[in-house]
Parts: sequence; structure tokens; C-alpha cells
Amino acid sequence: MQKITRENLIDKASELLANGTVSCVLGWGKGEFGYDVTPTIFKTADEMKNGFVFNDFCGANFSKYLVSKTQKIDGKILVFLKPCDTYSFNQLLTEHRFDREKVYAVGIPCEGMADIAKVKEIAGDGITSVDSDGNTISVSTLYSDKPVTVNAADVLAERCINCKSKKHVAYDELLGDEGETLESARFDEVSRLEAMTPDERFAFWQNELSKCIRCNACRDACPACTCEKCVFDNPASGVENKSPANSFEEKMFHIIRAFHVAGRCTDCGECSRVCPQNIPLHLLNRKFIKDINEFYGEYQAGAEVGSRAPLVNYTTEDLEPGEVFDRRDENA
Amino acid sequence: MQRVGVFVCWCGSNIAGTVDVAAVSEALKNEPGVVFSTNYQYMCSQAGQDIIKNAIHEHNLTGIVVCSCSPRMHEATFRKTAAAAGLNSYMVEIANIREQCSWVHKDMMTGTEKAIILGKAAIAKVNLNAPLTPGESPVTKRALVIGGGIAGIQTALDIAEAGFPVDIVEKKPTIGGKMAQLDKTFPTLDCAACILTPKMVDVAQNDKIRIFSYSEVTDVQGFVGNFDVKITKKARYVKEDVCTGCGACVEKCPMKKVPNEFNLGMDNRHAIYIPFAQAVPKVATIDPNACNMLKNGKCGVCAKVCAAGAIDYTQKDEIIEEKYGAIVVATGFNPISMEKFDEFAYSQSKDVITSLEFERLTNAAGPTAGKLLRPSDGKHPHTIVFVQCVGSRCESCAEKGKEYCSKICCMYTAKHAMLTRDKYPDTEVYVFYIDVRTPGKNFDEFYRRAVEEYGVKYVKGMVGKVVPEGDKLKVQASDLIANKQLHIDADLVVLAAAIEPDKSARPLATMLTASMDTNDFFTEAHPKLRPVESPTAGVFLSGACQGPKDIPETVSQASAAAAKVIGLLVKDKLTGNPCVASSNEMMCNGCSSCERVCPYGAISYVDKEFRMPDRTTRIRRVASVNPAVCQGCGACTVACPSGAMDLNGFKNNQIMAEVDAICK
Amino acid sequence: MQVNEYKPLIVAFCCNWCSYAGADLAGNNRLAYPADVKIIRVPCSCRVNPMFILRAFQRGADGVIICGCHPGDCHYTSGNYYARRRMAALFSMLDYLGIERERTRVEWVSAAEGAKFAATMNDFAEKVAALGENKRLEDLRCKK
Repeated sequence: MQKITRENLIDKASELLANGTVSCVLGWGKGEFGYDVTPTIFKTADEMKNGFVFNDFCGANFSKYLVSKTQKIDGKILVFLKPCDTYSFNQLLTEHRFDREKVYAVGIPCEGMADIAKVKEIAGDGITSVDSDGNTISVSTLYSDKPVTVNAADVLAERCINCKSKKHVAYDELLGDEGETLESARFDEVSRLEAMTPDERFAFWQNELSKCIRCNACRDACPACTCEKCVFDNPASGVENKSPANSFEEKMFHIIRAFHVAGRCTDCGECSRVCPQNIPLHLLNRKFIKDINEFYGEYQAGAEVGSRAPLVNYTTEDLEPGEVFDRRDENA
Repeated sequence: MQRVGVFVCWCGSNIAGTVDVAAVSEALKNEPGVVFSTNYQYMCSQAGQDIIKNAIHEHNLTGIVVCSCSPRMHEATFRKTAAAAGLNSYMVEIANIREQCSWVHKDMMTGTEKAIILGKAAIAKVNLNAPLTPGESPVTKRALVIGGGIAGIQTALDIAEAGFPVDIVEKKPTIGGKMAQLDKTFPTLDCAACILTPKMVDVAQNDKIRIFSYSEVTDVQGFVGNFDVKITKKARYVKEDVCTGCGACVEKCPMKKVPNEFNLGMDNRHAIYIPFAQAVPKVATIDPNACNMLKNGKCGVCAKVCAAGAIDYTQKDEIIEEKYGAIVVATGFNPISMEKFDEFAYSQSKDVITSLEFERLTNAAGPTAGKLLRPSDGKHPHTIVFVQCVGSRCESCAEKGKEYCSKICCMYTAKHAMLTRDKYPDTEVYVFYIDVRTPGKNFDEFYRRAVEEYGVKYVKGMVGKVVPEGDKLKVQASDLIANKQLHIDADLVVLAAAIEPDKSARPLATMLTASMDTNDFFTEAHPKLRPVESPTAGVFLSGACQGPKDIPETVSQASAAAAKVIGLLVKDKLTGNPCVASSNEMMCNGCSSCERVCPYGAISYVDKEFRMPDRTTRIRRVASVNPAVCQGCGACTVACPSGAMDLNGFKNNQIMAEVDAICK
Repeated sequence: MQVNEYKPLIVAFCCNWCSYAGADLAGNNRLAYPADVKIIRVPCSCRVNPMFILRAFQRGADGVIICGCHPGDCHYTSGNYYARRRMAALFSMLDYLGIERERTRVEWVSAAEGAKFAATMNDFAEKVAALGENKRLEDLRCKK
């Protein structure tokens, strides 16, 4: 399979900019450090050559940025979409969040992105630069004379280890080969939690959620959380609150946030990726996804544009809320 | 801040027996917003209502809480009281301290304690109430009936009788529907044409009724009282107002080999045709797929023979736009296709027919002039096998049949069997059935006559296979009662095909935003209490489009639908329920979640321009609720993640305030 | 020392057309159930926002029950079907977070089922009381 490089993407972008197909590129730009990239708008090929980044740390899902960028920019925007990003892309289209005509989507293959937390575990803190050839990542730190070499496969992000699909469900043009949806083990951790006693589960979540500092990064990065105004910022909602004044606040926040995206969450994993406290928030979303699959049949949000999310749908034969537990007990 | 008055009712000893009403009114005095609190023996009495009215005036109350019986009992009373004193009637909240407190708790202390909490919850809610005004919308005093079968005819006649103009849209060239194709009707055996055709004539002669035949509804906009409908009148190439229906054109038309759909293809008609002698309107129609003149410009005979000069080969489809206050769906049914039931050899032998084809074979105006003759060789059949439930009650064969009971087959099969034995006593008649269902007036008597007086052989069991062999049909069947296999050499096999809604119903339902069940039957607003209304306000259901029905049932439902339409059209204005959803456009994402859960199609989307803080403008898609259509269930409010959608009278913060008051 | 018998606090959301009327019928027939049950009237079970339920728990409710028309009998034809899916998902999530599953319930009670309403509330109150106070979802700040 042809490996897609930074240069390939710059060439493709330059071509599309030159022939007038697009007026700008939404891509990963240089951040503070080599491993943190930031969404950036590039208007010319030169800007791309200077600031565009494509490496093992380009996990950020840019679908959500299209909501605001398509409103502000004249002409078409070129966006590079990894397979998992395309699901969010479709889900946003299903919800009429941006104008498809204003986007030129180029699908790019993805072999998984690195988790910087895992890199730090191996290489230590004080990272000054990272350099990757796709298989190994060479990490320079303040505390070591020589760069530390890290095997890219050893630092794969959790969501990439449990990748659900290498298939692009939306694009105008595809670089590389068409992938397939995968059988992933993404629900294993949910099952493990389900098998615990309620006390153990409570202890697990109490421990995790109490780390929450209500920075709202999960909400702000989530491609499903694109409300004009979040219900938690709305004084008329009766639940407005912006900081964790008490232990329950963050539970309320995370339960409701997960509920609001239930049936709409594509399991892109951005919430956990951006959480500065490393709370496994994706396990809340995956619980809803797993339940929905079990109760109402397999459903993958974003797999196709226009599909009806399970929680805004019903059949007359649906199981009763009480039966949910009976079923679980039988399966246990 | 509201100025709230609290009125605690004793209800004689009903409340006061287990609730210390004085303590309740005292305790509620200090709640936020409360400026007046009292108790009285019977708040609903004239004297009690006067206390409320006086307090509203004296204390300039902006909201009242009545702690009394259930709001289902007297909410309306107290709303009127408030309105009489000049207070908006939606500024009233009821704390139910009788049915849900004093009557279910025995102990004075717990009763009082709970009554105080319920009072606090109501006060917390009323503090957040806002005056609501029911919306008003005008009513276009004209009804549209879609479908011109017996259901549509009856509905239209009843509405016209009440003095309102009605339009019937029928996609076929004539009204009459399935009933026009029937021979006799059960259980009285009167002839269908004799009772139907006078009604068709009534329709044609009624100056309140317009018939758009050979026409279809192609667009519906608007809502109850105010529908804008587009009707496409298909070109029939004959000027309707000029044609006299003399039939000269039909006689002379050289294209004679077009399968006659009125006789289900068992004989032929001409390219220009009048479906049957009593057609209404009695106007010829040219079949553009068969007419040589229209296909290649060679012929023109009909134009030459038409004395009235009615033929117009250049006619085009015409779109008629009209406004209606109410729409009645009467799209009816069809027998299902027998293609997938090859075990009965329907496609292999002409002598395996459906019951509707049997109707035509026995009808005096049918292809055999009413003589029962085999389609294959025109011979008189001596052994006839009727098979019931072909495609009905098909639990295991849902891919080819229907899970439901088609309801009419048991009775018409009994009729067919009986009539056959009556006219041709030399004929042996078998009926294979799963159950015989005869729950109707004189139905079981009718069925028993078929068995006892006419000697029809009813066999419980299904026919497994029909194999044409020579001029016979070998029927293999099981007799479940005798527990044996039967082999019958039949001359004719008649299949009681299941019935299904007309194919036009599904796209129509989408246009009307009316809901359907999985079988494409229209859903009624309530299965027991509102059986002739669709959940979509202003849309009514008549006949088999709602479920399988026989003629008497269809006619009663048709008249019931008409009564509902008349009840709507007599109003000059519709007053809505103000407790409807509304969307805060500043917060709405336009994501469509609310639209998907709305059972009434009350939510639509508009692109609106918004000024942004940075002085630019942005066009966003936002939800808009039609208050005339919304019924106030609140499903949308929970589907909305941002909380942009809220429900008047039961707002998010109101319910939250009640929760807070209770859980203090 | 005064012994305070533990009394659970139960919030019942009842739809206006069936369950609220069922509760009224329980009253008409004088069928007793614990005063710990406090009813909030909503037009339809589909009006019950998960936030209301969590808020009740946050403020110290020990159990929350949602009552609606029987499936197929919804006044608004489909409201309770949506409520059924939402509550199935939400309650499963609460269970996943370690909240005792007996604290939440959905029950379909028609306007004619006064006896069922009373029996349901008796049973629910008993089960919730057996669990004791809700500590896992309560916000101590709100209990001052």
C-alpha cells in the first residue's frame, strides 16, 4: 500500500488551490511542541510548506471545525479526513450543521495515531521535539543527550488500537486505498466494567470523574457537541453551571453530555484524547453505543448521511427499561 | 417577581379530614413570591371563587395557587375564575392535595406535611409561569376528499349535506372504487351497483361537490384549517365539459385490444374508453399508451366521430391549486399481488383467480355477462375450491404476505360460495379456511346458511398445492379435523387474496405528515377514542386506508370522518392550546432531532439570518414550531440537546423548580 | 435521643392522560401508598428530561419513577415509545455508574389502574427504603 506523506498532502493541496477547486485548506498546523498540532487555515501552498504538519500526532478530528469555518470562508475548504473523521463528517451533515457544497473532502488512510501520554511514559517529560518516520518516533528531551527512540506501535492511542473502521464513509477524493470496517474490541472495557459489582463500578467512576476540572475540553472537541449554546451554559435550562462546585456536578455533566450525544456519537474518541485529566470518557459513550446496539440493533452514527438516530426512533416492540437489567443478569 | 396568592381548599372534610388546612395556608405564606394565603371550605363554590377574585384585585396578584382536588377536576374552573378577575388563565397552578394526598394518607401529620410540599412545588412553578394566549387561525371552509370510492363518496356527501363545499380527487377516470366492481354485497345480497350508483349520481349532481377524476394530489402545504393543495389533473385528451358520454368514439376506436382494468384484464377495452356504463363523470378518456394518434399521430377516428367536438389530442396535465380547511384520506385498498404465491398456480392457470376476479365473473356487467364460466375455456365449472387467507395472517411468510387478518374475506367467500350453489346447484363448492371469522350483524347467520342451507363444504385446513393437469386443477389440501389429506380435481380455484393499502397512500402520507403503521395503513389519533382522525390535525381517515373494512364499516367511518370535518369547518377560527412547544432560535442548531420525534409534523426548518457579535451576519437553519399543529406532548424538548426547544406551561425550569421544591 | 425513622423521598413523574389520572383514581378509591411519594405532572412521559431525574437525585431524592400510558395507548400516539428508549438507555447508564438500579423505574399505569398505581408506589417505596439513603448521586451542598 502506498504510504501517504506530508509531501503528498501538500502536493494535493497545492494542486487544488492552484486550480481553484478550493480557496483554503483546513489542516494540522505547528503547535507549541512537535507533538501538539493545532487546527490551522492555510491559504497558499507556501503557507502549507511552512506550517503544515502531518505526523503520528495528527489525531485531531477536524470535522467539527467545518461548522464555523464554512460560515466564515468564501469558496470551498479542503479538509483531510482520516477514516474515523469521516463518520463525524457524515453525522454533522445528517444534522445539517454545514453546507456540503462548501467542503472538498480528501480521504487519507490512517495506520493509527500516537498517544503522547504513552510516549512520555517511555521517554520521560521535558520533550523538546519529536521526529517520526512512521515506524519509530525519535524523541528529544531536556534530560537526555541522545534522542530516545520509541516504537510507534507501542504508543498507539487507545482508540486506534480499537479502531472500528479503516473505511472512509465520505470523501470527494481518496488518497491511498479503500479500507474496510474492522471487528474491534472496543466494547471489551465496557463489558469488563459491566461485570463488576455496582460498588466496584461506583468506586471506579467516582475515582475517574472526581478528577474532572470542568475545563470543558471534552465538550469543545466533541464533533457531536456543536450546540450553538450548550445547555450547561444556558441560564434558562435550570442546570447552568460551569465549574465543579461539588462532587455531583461533574457526574451530572458527564452523564448528560453522554446522553445528549447518545445515538449521535460516532465513537471518534476525541473526548478522551483531549481530557487533560486522562478520564476515559469514551467509556461512557461506548456504553450508550453498546446498549443501543444490543437493545435496538447495530447502529453506527455517521455511517450514512440522513440515518435516524436510535433515540429519536422507536418500534412498538422495544424492550422495557426494566428488562434491560433482566437481560444483563441473564447474560452475566 | 410574581405576586402569588395561595388558596387552600378544605373540600368539606375531604381534605380537611387528613390535612390541617390552616397550617398549610400558614406555612405557604412565607414562600417566595407569596403575598396572600388563605383557606376556605369549598374553593370551587361561588363564594370560594369570589374569595379568589377579590384577592386578585386587592393584592394585585399575578399568579395563584389553589391547593385543592386534582387539576383534572377543577383546573378549568379556576382558570375561568382567574380570567374573570382579569388574570391570565395560565397563571393558575393547582396543588393536588385531595386525590394525591388527603385521600391516600391516613395520618394528619404526614398529610399536612405532604400538602405543604405539594403547595411549595406549585408555588415554585407559578413563580416561573408566564401569561399565555391561545393562538387563533382562520378556517378555510372547504374540504378535500382524496379517493372516490364508497368511503370518499359517503364522506363528501355528508360534508356537502352540511353545506360545505367538497372536492373529491380520484386517480381513476371514474369514482366508484372497488365497490363498483362488486356483484352482490354480504350479508343482505343486494347488488352493489344498485346501491352505489345512485350515490355516485348524487355526488355528480350535488352543487357543493366537485369531482377531479383522473387526478392526483401532488403537493400539500399548510396545516389544519389552512391547507394549500396542488392537484394534478392528468390529460385525458377529452374535454370533460364538452363530452356527452355518448360512446360513439369508443365504438369506432380501432384499438380494441387493451386489457380492461375494470374487469381485471379478463377482457379488453378500446384505447378510448369509459370504464363502465354508470361511470361518473361519464366522460371518455384516451389511454395515451394505447392510442395510435397520441403515439404516432396516425388515426384520429374518435375526433372525427365525436359530434360534440370533445376530443383534444393536445391536452396537457393541468395543475389546480386550492385551499382547504380539512383533508380526508380515503385511498382504499387493493388485493395483494399473487405472484409470490406460486403454490396456487395463479400465474400458470387462467382458472386460478382471485376473489375480485370472481366478482367480475359473476357480475352481469362483467366479461361473461354474469355467467360463471371458466376463463380458460368458457366452460361451466363443476367443482370450485375457495382458498381463504391467501397472504393474510401470514406470520411466517411476511415477505410475501401480510401478518394481519384482511377481515372481509371470510364473508365474501361465504357469499361467493352461497351464490354459486344458489345459481348452479350442480356445482360442488369447497372452502378451505384457518378460521371462519364472522363478527358482524347477521354475519354468522349468513355463514351458517351457506353451510346448512346451501351445502357449501367448509374444510378446516390449508391448501398446500394447486397443480394444473389437463383441464383440471389438482388441489392438494389437508383436512385438519378429519386429519387426512384431500385431493380434489377442481375446475376453478378462487383465492381470497389479502388486501393492502393502495400504493399511493405512502407518498400521500409523507405529503400530509400523517403517520402510518408498518403495513402502510394510516394511524389513527387514538385507537379507541379518535379512530377517524389522523394524529396530524386537520387530516381525517375514511375507509380501508386505516385498516381492512367491509362496506357497512367503511360507510360508518366515512360518515364519522365527515362529522369531524363538519365540526372543524363550522368554526370561523381555531383556538389553539397555548401549551405548545417553541424553539429559541438563538440556541437552535437546526439538527432535526426534534422534527424526527414530532408525531404531528408540527416542526419545520427555516434559514434565518442572524447578526453575530462581530457585526457580520450568518444564515442558520433553525426549527420553527407551528402552534396550530403542535399538541404539546414535549417529545421534542427532550430530543433537543441544547434546550432550545421548550414547552409552554411545562418549561424546563418550571419542572426543575418543582423538583427542587419537592426535594428540599 | 430521638430516633428518626428513615423515610425515603420519591419523585414520581406522571403523564397527564393516564398515570396522573390513575393516581387520582387511587385517591378516589382511597388506596393508600406512602406519603414519601410526590407526584409531578407532565403532559407525557416523553416530556421527562433525564436532567429532571438527575436533578432530583442531586437534591436528595432516593428514588425516581416515571409513569406513562401503556405502550400503544399514548395520548400523543408515540410519546411513551420515545420515553421507553430514553429511560432504558439512561437507567442502564446509571447502573453502569454504580447507582443502585432499584432507585429508578418506569411503569405504565393507565387511567383505570388506580390499584396498580398504589401497588406500584407501595412496592417501589419499599424497595427504595430497603436501599437506604441515596448517597451516590446526591450533592451534599444542596442538602444544607
